[in-house]
Amino acid sequence: MAEEIKKIMFTVRKPPHGSIYVYEGLEVKLIMAAYDADISVVFMDDGVFAVKQGQNTKELGIKGFEATYGALVDYEITKVFVDRKSMEDRGMTEDDLLVIGEDEDTEEPIKPEVVDSDQIAAMMAEQHNILAF
Amino acid sequence: MPSFELNGRTYETDEDGYLANLADWSPDVAGYLAKTEGVDMSESHWEVVNFLREYYDEYKIAPMIRILTKAIGKKLGKEKGNTKYLYDLYPGGPAKQACKIAGLPKPTGCV
Repeated sequence: MAEEIKKIMFTVRKPPHGSIYVYEGLEVKLIMAAYDADISVVFMDDGVFAVKQGQNTKELGIKGFEATYGALVDYEITKVFVDRKSMEDRGMTEDDLLVIGEDEDTEEPIKPEVVDSDQIAAMMAEQHNILAF
Repeated sequence: MPSFELNGRTYETDEDGYLANLADWSPDVAGYLAKTEGVDMSESHWEVVNFLREYYDEYKIAPMIRILTKAIGKKLGKEKGNTKYLYDLYPGGPAKQACKIAGLPKPTGCV
């Protein structure tokens, strides 16, 4: 009998810089993408800053990893969500979000999907595992 | 830190021989690294190495093999976007070996 595919959700709540969590979390996502798992990612609270475009980490003396999010769709991580309220509370709009890849056929850029908190709660209830970063 | 010497210059590497500093890379260095891997660089080999360097430049990561084959198929043509083609060029593992020659870190998600 085929094993049930695991539903794994990554939550990103911390700001992207100042700690290693969010970057390490991104690496874990890319590694997990090698396995047969149903992966989703939710950016909320200060985590929404991770998917803001135009980050400049030069003054921080670090390389930054904004560009790497552009490979998510290539890694078949397409269920990427942003909590609407967290985004709006931080003065961001959908236009501020970075691109996570492009549509294979139309080459249209793909952005994370903005969703409401109750949708996130419903998705969370369906997961086998939730990994917090 | 391990290192090697080439044309009177010292290059630092990690414990597996991957260049420590991306900026140290040059075609000469690539040629040297290829030799240590037993790879004889042809035009097709260079095509993959150059592709990897462009990929890294854009996304700041070295892609794992599954992603590499897909991306190469898209960019260089379907007949090249498969594991066999890449393993024929780089028998030691295309992502691992070609990344080393391209001066990139070990692929992210390489398990």
